[in-house]
Amino acid sequence: MSEWLYSDVVKDHFMNPKNVLSEDEAAWPNDGRGIVGNIKCGDQMLILLRIKDRTITDVRWKTYGCASAIASTSILSEAIKGMSIDDAYTLKPEDIVAKLGGLPANKIHCSVLGDKALRSAIDDYLEKNSLPSLKGKEHAEVICTCLNVTDRDIEDAYKAGDRTWEDLQARTKIGTACGGCKQKTLELLHQLEHLYGE
Amino acid sequence: MDYNATTPLDPQVRDIFIRELDSFANGSSMHEDGRKVAKDIFDARSRIAELINSKPEEVIFTSGGSESNNMVFNTMISPVLTRTSLQKAAFGGRKTIITTSIEHPCVMESAKHLESLGYTVHFLPVDGNGMVDISVYRRLLAEKPLLVSIMMANNEIGTIQDIKELALLAHNAGALFHTDAVQAAGKIKVDVEDLGVDYLTLSCHKIYGPKGIGALYIRKGAPIDSLIRGGHQENGLRAGTYNGPSIAGFGEAARLARKNLETYGKQTRALRNRLRDGFLKEIPDIRINGHPEKVLPNTLDVSFPGAEGESILLMLDITGISVSTGSACASGSLEPSHVLMATGVGPELAHGSIRFSLGKYTTEAEVDFVLSQVPQIIKKLRGFSTVSSHQA
Repeated sequence: MSEWLYSDVVKDHFMNPKNVLSEDEAAWPNDGRGIVGNIKCGDQMLILLRIKDRTITDVRWKTYGCASAIASTSILSEAIKGMSIDDAYTLKPEDIVAKLGGLPANKIHCSVLGDKALRSAIDDYLEKNSLPSLKGKEHAEVICTCLNVTDRDIEDAYKAGDRTWEDLQARTKIGTACGGCKQKTLELLHQLEHLYGE
Repeated sequence: MDYNATTPLDPQVRDIFIRELDSFANGSSMHEDGRKVAKDIFDARSRIAELINSKPEEVIFTSGGSESNNMVFNTMISPVLTRTSLQKAAFGGRKTIITTSIEHPCVMESAKHLESLGYTVHFLPVDGNGMVDISVYRRLLAEKPLLVSIMMANNEIGTIQDIKELALLAHNAGALFHTDAVQAAGKIKVDVEDLGVDYLTLSCHKIYGPKGIGALYIRKGAPIDSLIRGGHQENGLRAGTYNGPSIAGFGEAARLARKNLETYGKQTRALRNRLRDGFLKEIPDIRINGHPEKVLPNTLDVSFPGAEGESILLMLDITGISVSTGSACASGSLEPSHVLMATGVGPELAHGSIRFSLGKYTTEAEVDFVLSQVPQIIKKLRGFSTVSSHQA
């Protein structure tokens, strides 16, 4: 067969994914549960964590999505076993992509939901145990270097209802200086729309 | 299983194509070699005319379906449209275009181009089977449209429109009527006299011929303007030295398509039904897209809820089975199939859709191999899936 669309690592994790939740969710008691994405947009991911002394001891997941969504969750599930929740919280999509031996650029934000699902599961664990939140500790990429606006800021603004460049500018002042980040921001908005729906 | 994307060269077409490569003369040259090529081109044109029951002089060669479709839309903004007083009376002042929401992108984009130039464009809705909403159509015809363009058969779900009725209604409203028959030709009967259309688009590589060649049928008297100017070829409508080998190959492909039409229909329909019945028997909770009867004999579009299309496609690819999907993940645009979305199946079913399109070389053994692979792949993917209601 000629060259595959994705790397061999992706192919392997896609065909033989690790740590998939094979039983009913209730049959695998967890300490933290996170779900992100939207079936309507084509990708959804569930992560269940077992945590002891702030360390992830075991993980199970399920994904509805394309090959890179399945493979990226699988490889993430391998990587986080034994990791502290503090380190796990700062994982970013690029870390997962690197482990997969690369992904096509247009696949990264839409299919790599693992880090988001993971943070959501850790948030759930901390909340259930009345522990201090890690929110704000996640990795953020600066999109607008003039006004120091990050991808997290844009994501938060999206969740708060912003849908257009003008909405974002009103809330975050993004791109109000040189405006050079507009294209990148619009792409991010499109990906967020895909992730969270309208 | 991806014959609607393109087809392999028929060996007989290949022979003609290769033979013609050595007839290197310019079909416009007056000398003997040139006249020989001109005759081959004439013969090919006649074979295509026979396939669609037109006159040879009503067929012009283009670079493919996209060019043919563009040519029709481009004519709507051309002065040739109202060159005679008769035409001026017929088409002058008409600025509305009607097409559908399930057309090929080259029609969609051509229509949007006219929209950007100030024309009013309506994209007709379709029902759950992909059939044009006739009541909306009748209502829009009151706007005295200039052109109606409706595809004969859909590439994705295979639904066949009632072109004869749609064309008649358009003509009663004084509009021109175009149909993109790229997916219909060679699969079902395409008869321009019976259909009563003004323009009809054909592509060669969908009927076991070479790529890069297509045709446009233009009913005698219907207005048409060139996209490519500067030559006397094709009655001055499409400049450029004749593509002898491709045209000759197209002629042979058209001859074979006409000759094999009945066998093709019987053979692919039987295999398609075998595939459909096998899926319905082996895989719970699936949906067959497209019209149950008015559908291309070779096209089976299926939604597998709980499994995502790109994942299904790639797992099938590993087993050596080629299909296509309406999933957003495979489109590069993050948008699911506009055709399935237009039929109202909803995004989840569109993301989980797979098109199986069979051809004249598809065998029963191949269909049975697909039937042996797909159920376990769907089961596996549904097993990973967060969509728990679909876990079998």
